Amino acid sequence: MTIRTTIGMLAFVAAGVCLTGGPVSAQNLKVALAAEPTSMDPHYQNLTINNSMATQVYDALVLQDVNQKLVPGLAQSWKPVNDTTWEFKLRSGVTFHNGATFTAEDVVATMQRAANVPNSPSSFATFIKGKSFEIVDDLTLRISTEKPYPFTPNDMSRVAIIDSAFVNATTEDFNTGAASFGTGPFTLAKWLPGDVIELARNDGYWGATSEWDNVIVRPIGDGTTRSAALIAGDVDFIERVGPADLPNLESREGISVFKSVSNRLLYITLHLTDDRIRPFVTDHEGNNIASPFQDIRVRKAVSLAINRKAIADRVMDGLSEPAGQFSPEGYIGYSVNLKPDEYDPDSAKELLAEAGFADGFKLTVHGPAGRYSNDTRILEAIAQMLSRIGIDTTVETMPASVFFKRFARGGPDKTPEFTVAMSGYANGSGEPSHPLRIFIHTKQKERGYGPGNRNGYSNAKVDGLIENGRASMDITIGEKAFIEATEIAMQEYALVPIHHEIATWAARDGIAYQHGALDSTFIHNIRSK
Amino acid sequence: MLAFILRRVMQSVVVLFVMSLIVFSMINLVGDPVDMLVNPESLPEEIDRVRRDFGLDQPAYVQYWKFLTGALSGDLGNSFIFGRPALALMAERFPATLELATSALIIAVMVGLPLGIYAGLRPNGWGTRIIMGGSVLGISVPTFWLGLMMIIVFSVILGWLPVSGRGETAVFLGIESSLFTLDGLKHLILPATNLALFKIAMVIRLTRAGTEEVMAQDYIKFARAKGLSSKRIVRAHLLPNILIPIITVLGIEFGTLIAFATVTESIFAWPGLGKLVIDAIVNLDRPIVVAYLLFVVALFLVLNLVVDIIYAVLDPRVRLQGEGG
Repeated sequence: MTIRTTIGMLAFVAAGVCLTGGPVSAQNLKVALAAEPTSMDPHYQNLTINNSMATQVYDALVLQDVNQKLVPGLAQSWKPVNDTTWEFKLRSGVTFHNGATFTAEDVVATMQRAANVPNSPSSFATFIKGKSFEIVDDLTLRISTEKPYPFTPNDMSRVAIIDSAFVNATTEDFNTGAASFGTGPFTLAKWLPGDVIELARNDGYWGATSEWDNVIVRPIGDGTTRSAALIAGDVDFIERVGPADLPNLESREGISVFKSVSNRLLYITLHLTDDRIRPFVTDHEGNNIASPFQDIRVRKAVSLAINRKAIADRVMDGLSEPAGQFSPEGYIGYSVNLKPDEYDPDSAKELLAEAGFADGFKLTVHGPAGRYSNDTRILEAIAQMLSRIGIDTTVETMPASVFFKRFARGGPDKTPEFTVAMSGYANGSGEPSHPLRIFIHTKQKERGYGPGNRNGYSNAKVDGLIENGRASMDITIGEKAFIEATEIAMQEYALVPIHHEIATWAARDGIAYQHGALDSTFIHNIRSK
Repeated sequence: MLAFILRRVMQSVVVLFVMSLIVFSMINLVGDPVDMLVNPESLPEEIDRVRRDFGLDQPAYVQYWKFLTGALSGDLGNSFIFGRPALALMAERFPATLELATSALIIAVMVGLPLGIYAGLRPNGWGTRIIMGGSVLGISVPTFWLGLMMIIVFSVILGWLPVSGRGETAVFLGIESSLFTLDGLKHLILPATNLALFKIAMVIRLTRAGTEEVMAQDYIKFARAKGLSSKRIVRAHLLPNILIPIITVLGIEFGTLIAFATVTESIFAWPGLGKLVIDAIVNLDRPIVVAYLLFVVALFLVLNLVVDIIYAVLDPRVRLQGEGG
């Protein structure tokens, strides 16, 4: 990959002699994305690219803006009416692309279908199960849960509403267009898998209509090809500019680049359980020892040893922002009190010595290769930094398909195998308790807590804050609890945040893109200036 | 001939069976598809549901038995990712790959054969040095680099050809292909040439070697002595004799063009089989990977058979095994 991107960079320097230009056609927009949806059925798979494409054709009751703040969608407003029930007032006068009028009936039909799509590789049932739906009148809907649950509106922002006429439609019907009638800003004109998605403007859209008559979306997986397509004028807009191509695109006449700190976090987990010995960590003679990371001073030493700025500058070509918590600044759940640890190898060494590891120890860190931007190189850099404070570190990376299995349950009795591993996370739900529930809360499988808690972190006070926050229908009360829980967990290094990736897009001049903490692309946010 | 074909078909079935066993057991050793499929934010029961729905909770031998019985009735299973039959998905992508591979093969022969003959006839000419030098480059420079360079030169700098994708298609004689539209052809030129470059170099080398060998034969000297024109010697005596080894090699190479166009397809975002299978490997879409590998094995088995038959037809001295001893 390194050779590859370097070549790409050289190639663009060579290409620098030529100028691009020409006006943007106001009618048609051509977009190149890095991946394509696995289906045009909005309920088939809960996958980022599927979901972002679904927002072009469909609306949910509640929409998320580019920073995942909830905004009215097919529901104009929502409020809790008692401790377990939310009431949604639906938008009147909305029609589907096939002319059918939108009512509460459609919402109920949607939920029925979305929870039960056959062969779904990742179903939307997660957002629907445990809720009962009651139609009050055509435009009023009540959703109740057994226990108080403040995140019903968040869950409702995840499920695309379809016309009740298609409650029994198959995934194939949505792929071919026979059933793909939403209420969204575009209609689906054509889908040729691997080749092209064609969208046409929905003139009857209830919100601001798009200025593009037609949008042609092509999947171009190779980053250098994607940039070349933009420079050559084959497309008007691309996502995920390759780091090596970025300087060239930024300095090029006629092309603008958009960047924003995304909510995609790269982190390291350090194993905390008190097993007598852990794999992948030994003394200098090669004898396995218990996890040194049970001691908070060792965890802190690891964090202080990592030079996040150097990683951002040298490994990420400026495309990352050092992180000290799950959320980037300005995003839900962000604590102003948490800052990324400054690089301080001397203090790190002192902490190690205080913890009884003055001579350090030997460690193998694991991570996926090719899953996150520059993942292998980041891990190699971190290993060098750890070696510098005396933790003699080697790196082992593997394909994501192998990594995630071993990460989750590669050890004895299906326990997490690694002692130190690097992985990534992006909050898809737009609710602040999400990372806490997944990574920080004590693992309690049957209650849905801690499925991503691989290192055994457990703090009763933090658990209590998370659970209480999730039990209050007033989200502002919850948010305070979540921020407090985040602060405690981060100060105890429940995991070690490295950085948030910076998401990039590029377009020909004359095109503006409204972007935020989400690194996926929303076509209705592409406007002409 | 018939007995030969029958025997080969039976051998092929055995090979396919053994391959299916190997591929199936190997792929079951790698990772767990559920980790790649289920969104991590899902409830724990969702993971169990997917595992159950896709039969991944069964022991490997049960899964294999299901696969085998399905395969015998022509069903290679449903893609985990797309939820559709693996064979149908491959059939959808196959035309794009086939037209790319065919165009590449045609380019390779049209360019490589004349150049190779030229080089063989004038072993010491300066033209030959250029051709042979070029062929060394063609064989040794990586496809992806050449592909990127071609995009930079012909699409970005000169602006003659589109960067990527498959262009418009049209239906002609019941076949839908981008070969039948101008836009389609424009999109095809770069990836087809990129894919052909390595093969051009190979055809040049084969042709040159064959030409040098044949030109030294007595029957060529005799033809010369008879006073035949150079053109006639090349057409009637040289070509048929050098074609035999070239056809044998190209038959198999056609298989590799189809099966391993992956790199070219990725760079040019060509919606063919290669892209499908790369995504399948990355995401552990086991049914697609298994179906694809079996397809490749079958493809090579068929091509080998066809090459043997053509060989026998072209060269009357060749007798196929099993053909009357």
